[in-house]
Amino acid sequence: MTMGLYEIFLQPFVEFGFMRRALVACVALALGSAPMGTLLVLRRMSLMGDAMAHAVLPGAAIGFALAGFSLPAMGAGGLAAALLVAVLAGWVAQVTTQREDASFAAFYLIALAAGVLIVSTHGSPVDLMHVLFGSILAVDDTALITVAGVASVTLLVVAAAYRPLLVASVDPGFLRSVGGHERALHFVFLALVVLNLVAGFQALGTLMAVGLMMLPATAARFWAREVWSLAATATAIALVSGAGGLLLSYHLQLPSGPAIVLLAGAAYLVSLAAGRHDSLLARRTALHAHRVA
Amino acid sequence: MRRLVSLAIVCALLGLALPLRAETARPLQVVASFSILADMLREVAGDAAQVHSLVGANADAHVFEPTPADAQRLARADLVVVNGLHFEGWIDRLVRSSGYRGPVIEATRGIEPRRVGRAVDPHAWQSLAHAQRYVENMRAALVAAAPSQAAAINARAAAYRERIAALDASARAAFEAVPRDQRRVVTTHDAFGYLGDAYGITFISPRSWNTDSEASAAGVASVIRQVRLHQARALFVENITDRRSIERIAQETGARVGGTLYSDALSPPAAGADTYLRLYAHNVKSIAVALQAVAAR
Repeated sequence: MTMGLYEIFLQPFVEFGFMRRALVACVALALGSAPMGTLLVLRRMSLMGDAMAHAVLPGAAIGFALAGFSLPAMGAGGLAAALLVAVLAGWVAQVTTQREDASFAAFYLIALAAGVLIVSTHGSPVDLMHVLFGSILAVDDTALITVAGVASVTLLVVAAAYRPLLVASVDPGFLRSVGGHERALHFVFLALVVLNLVAGFQALGTLMAVGLMMLPATAARFWAREVWSLAATATAIALVSGAGGLLLSYHLQLPSGPAIVLLAGAAYLVSLAAGRHDSLLARRTALHAHRVA
Repeated sequence: MRRLVSLAIVCALLGLALPLRAETARPLQVVASFSILADMLREVAGDAAQVHSLVGANADAHVFEPTPADAQRLARADLVVVNGLHFEGWIDRLVRSSGYRGPVIEATRGIEPRRVGRAVDPHAWQSLAHAQRYVENMRAALVAAAPSQAAAINARAAAYRERIAALDASARAAFEAVPRDQRRVVTTHDAFGYLGDAYGITFISPRSWNTDSEASAAGVASVIRQVRLHQARALFVENITDRRSIERIAQETGARVGGTLYSDALSPPAAGADTYLRLYAHNVKSIAVALQAVAAR
């Protein structure tokens, strides 16, 4: 059986509403998350996404204890808990000499333990995280609007505060010295990251949300130098991984979330091996050129 | 632009054609959320339906990752059956986003659920009395979807319900042999509350309620104390969770690990619990044998 380009690339999306929804969710997630991922990599906070996935638990459990099985209540609780962890970790990093990754690790572990404690004592016979976290193929209208809304807000804020955000990521000391609102900006940035992650968790699951935020951003480092081009490259890689992963999982009957994240992972490995800057190949050629010279 | 318009027209025509296709003589396409429901549906529907289970045998619904083929089957299904009582989690959302517009039947409809605090326990299939209601809900839904097959479906449902009733009677007889205050069992997962209520068995569990929450130190200690106090000699491990916490308790109390109880998923074929009735009979037999051994001492 031979398949034409139409059957390979378009037919799945034309025929099935769930594939279109998944694609739109991927696009929204890529547009919002990839720039955030880029800034996180610049700030050496690449593991924050994983920390947030765990920090959500106590808030969701409290939302469940207060309101029962209400997705909005559990989602809002999760968002509040993750924001609290981010703000506390950011605050500790600013008032002490402790690095932000360390304070993040501390606060997310506290949150995770609190969450397990709350779930265990106020037992629910149903897995709360399973109710809360979705899959890329299970995107309903509410989830789609949430992800798209968060992506829009993210892009607007990044556009409005591009330069200060950039300076705060690359050289926070300089921003302070010229009287910028470094602290406020930092919290705005953290809030955006948390918003993107929690919306992504709820709509698409933790694997997808963190995977599409971080893998394209780390891969882009091997291709681009300026922050804008890093973010653009990361977004492009995220878009291609999202669409490609969906098609791959459609034609080969693979689970969609892992297929998309693995494709982004493949993009990272290829970039690592053969990217333009600082990749294994680039280093070898540079070394060679050096020796010859 | 014109191409877009014609594409839209083609899509609309395809949409119109879909319900027509369902009217033809092909078997009813039924999707169940997990393996136990799928097995019950196969028993009731017989040849009238092709049943597909989203979460397969021996798989954990908590880590289920759907493929587009799953969503496709949902979109093309004539009938979707879920457990309800929040057991399925985001699988409900998967059904909605797949574009499926037909009926979604909750197998637990009409059942008064067990409550644990303010939460309901969704594992109602662990009671054979509730299983009768599952079968009745499935029968009604299948007959509504395929009226021409009504006679065959009704006959199969009646026969299946008789087999369920017979198993219930034999389970009751098996547990009668054990004094009520000795019917105490330790398991990894509190999925057997309904079974316990049905036959007066107390289930003691070191883990509370789901695969996420962990046993607390005090919880494990209290179970060890309870196992010693009630001289339980058998501990059961579920097919889908970690056996380490149970083995820890077994070592501390000197009790033996009794075997596997199946809760949320059928076993693979040939492992002895590959249908709902075999699963239930296996659980009853394992528990009864263990309890009778305790009673005999």
